[in-house]
Amino acid sequence: MYKFIQFICATILAGTPFLYGTVGEILTEKSGNLNLGVEGMMFMGGIAGLAGAFYYEKFTAVPIGGIAALIAVVCAFCCAALGALIYCFLTITLRANQNVTGLALTIFGTGFGNFFGEVLSSRAGGYVAVSAATKAVFNGNVPVLSSIPTVGKLLFSYNFAVYLAVIVAIAIALFLNRTRKGLSLRAVGENPATADAAGINVTLYKYLATCIGGGICGIGGMYIVMVTCSGVWVNNCISGYGWIAVALVIFVTWSPWRALIGSFIFGGLSVLRYYLHLGLNNAQSQLYDVVPYAATVIVLIITGIRQSREHAIPASCGENYFREER
Amino acid sequence: MADELNAIKLVDITKSFGNVVANNRISLDVRKGEILALLGENGSGKTTLMNILSGIYFPDGGRIYVSGREVTIRSPKEAFELGIGMIHQHFKLIDVLTAAENIVLGLPGSVGINRKALFAEIKELASRYGFEIDTGKKIYDMSVSEKQTVEIIKVLYRGADILILDEPTAVLTPQETEKLFNVLRNMKADGKAIIIITHKLNEVLAVSDRVSILRKGESVGTVDTAKTTQQELTDLMVGRRVSLEIDRPQPDENAVECLKIVDLTCKSPEGHRVLDSVSFSLYSGEILGIAGIAGSGQRELCESIAGLYPVHGGAILCRVQSQDGDYRENIVGMKPTEIIKRGVAMAFVPEDRLGMGLVASMDMTDNMMLKSYRSGKGIFTDRKTPRAMAENLIKRLDIVTPGVSTPVRLLSGGNVQKVLVGREIASSPSVLVVAYPVRGLDINSSYTIYDLLNEQKKKGVAVLFIGEDLDVLMELCDRVMVLCGGRVTGIVDPKSTTKEQIGLLMAGAGSGKAASS
Repeated sequence: MYKFIQFICATILAGTPFLYGTVGEILTEKSGNLNLGVEGMMFMGGIAGLAGAFYYEKFTAVPIGGIAALIAVVCAFCCAALGALIYCFLTITLRANQNVTGLALTIFGTGFGNFFGEVLSSRAGGYVAVSAATKAVFNGNVPVLSSIPTVGKLLFSYNFAVYLAVIVAIAIALFLNRTRKGLSLRAVGENPATADAAGINVTLYKYLATCIGGGICGIGGMYIVMVTCSGVWVNNCISGYGWIAVALVIFVTWSPWRALIGSFIFGGLSVLRYYLHLGLNNAQSQLYDVVPYAATVIVLIITGIRQSREHAIPASCGENYFREER
Repeated sequence: MADELNAIKLVDITKSFGNVVANNRISLDVRKGEILALLGENGSGKTTLMNILSGIYFPDGGRIYVSGREVTIRSPKEAFELGIGMIHQHFKLIDVLTAAENIVLGLPGSVGINRKALFAEIKELASRYGFEIDTGKKIYDMSVSEKQTVEIIKVLYRGADILILDEPTAVLTPQETEKLFNVLRNMKADGKAIIIITHKLNEVLAVSDRVSILRKGESVGTVDTAKTTQQELTDLMVGRRVSLEIDRPQPDENAVECLKIVDLTCKSPEGHRVLDSVSFSLYSGEILGIAGIAGSGQRELCESIAGLYPVHGGAILCRVQSQDGDYRENIVGMKPTEIIKRGVAMAFVPEDRLGMGLVASMDMTDNMMLKSYRSGKGIFTDRKTPRAMAENLIKRLDIVTPGVSTPVRLLSGGNVQKVLVGREIASSPSVLVVAYPVRGLDINSSYTIYDLLNEQKKKGVAVLFIGEDLDVLMELCDRVMVLCGGRVTGIVDPKSTTKEQIGLLMAGAGSGKAASS
């Protein structure tokens, strides 16, 4: 039983970066932009979050962990949103091909992250890490409530970034399905010409949704650096998380509600082997690492077969919009 | 006439796309409480002009007055604010949203949406003009006329006083058209200004007060509907005298059965029957018309004959000529290439000409080659023959194009259609299947296509003609088969049947009985 609770906790912790990436990409795709740069934006968010917290600690006499964490979130969001802004400018304003631009953003973001990671490490003398106080915030839990047996452990033993991810997912779900602005955004993603004719500012919606969505992906990158890697820069630390998030968007059929479930299923898959003593040797455990990716492929096949209008990709996703096109 | 009475006045509107001048100094006015019909051939600039009014395009020059005040319309939003609402030919609705969601789309208001109050408001508006609407229904579940209702209510809900309808009747049954016209007359009585774009002259005469005619991007005049005739309107539109009679040569005396379809049944991927026990015969030297509202199984019928749609039951028997005499072969289950290989010559002109018929970004020669690329020697394709064929088609069918190497995407609708029909008949088929060959074409191009079909008929080709304009179907075809919900509701002789009877069959009334009357 204790082991099971441990497994659930690890699942939640491992699933959170997927949740950020998936929800960010859902918001992006709902505007009709298929941004394949999630991986790149996660790298950008990861290094920016770490750098923000690191420099705050360096230039402040008595750094406070909470403020460092807040700075990390804001820096991650802004830097990844900047990456998404490049994507927006290229695809929306200059009408470049979305797939190519997204792939370029992934390559750019990966290089950006690793380059500044190295720079930061060499400046810090060897390797870059945040202070113990900041680490504590990212390993924190909800005070008092987390000491309730079982339930406390299951529900309240996580750091603030986990709860933030859930709040963001619910907020996006409510925004898309319950508000006027959300309706407008869905219209832009489904049929920009119609949205345009209805007086919706298509360009503005696309820019905002893509940049905010990118920023949310960036927080996912920061989470990997600060929580999974314990506040230390490790080269190539994002390693495919962004791609799984892109696939998860399809798995959860563009619903932030289902993203809550899907992300944690994938989180569970990625930590399962530590809880099942399978007695794997090195080669076998490498093979095990394939499981989430294999699951992604299977899911893509299943969702490809099951065609439903309600759960389909936003109709204009991947296509650029030009009002005067003939 | 005082300026305040003019809902809209356009002066010297000019708009060009690249080198093409779509609108050249067009002037036009519409009064309040009036229905103005805007008439013109394809590419005469009607839709461009209306898109300028609704803020989709920005004019290069000219002035727009709304209720006597000069205005600039930079976006659709500004057009709405001026009370201009456009109902586009291709509906601007979002399939996965409900009617109500489409109607409030883009409007300012509270952060959330109060569905109950909204539903009531829409119902009230609809009943005022005599509409029926199901506010909670998703657009993809709707028929074409329901979608159109949503479009119209959408602009009315936005408080439009000036309504522009771009070919609203193209996809409606005669009954639905009459219903729409009644609604338009109600709106007119309510003091709204209405501009209706259409190709159909009888509708122009039935519903409008005045008619403005455009030709090649220029306005050629405005006439009072009461004082004009179909012939005068056509002459103004085309710029020369045109015969409005559609030729119907006598069908072949020694007709043979080219195609026999027995109990053909097809199921959609969702499992419901899109074709239900369809049986009929198609004879050489005749044109068999197929009438029916959009989505009654016409597409599936064409595609199953061409070998593109999976057949669930029944047979398609095709006459094959050989040295030992003719015999019949069931072509169900064969691949399109096999059907061609076995000597079954079948030309298929699909309804979606730039989607299924031609490759939009390739030039005419390459599009000709789509049918002949297998016949080249060795690994290289033969480009000379298709090129000569393309050049021949341009000459014979008067296709307006800069040359054989221009992508067909850049040609106007009528010319694209000529390329497609021309390619199909060049292979001298024994059965020709054409779906909506004149969709979106003007009078002149339409008549060229009818002539082409009649020419084939005289040669002894069996023509299956899927049409949407009942008047044309009844004038051109030797027999008309009516489909409703995938079933044949009657095969009638158009010479002894009225339009209303066919309309009733299209709506599913009576099954086969009306055929004998």
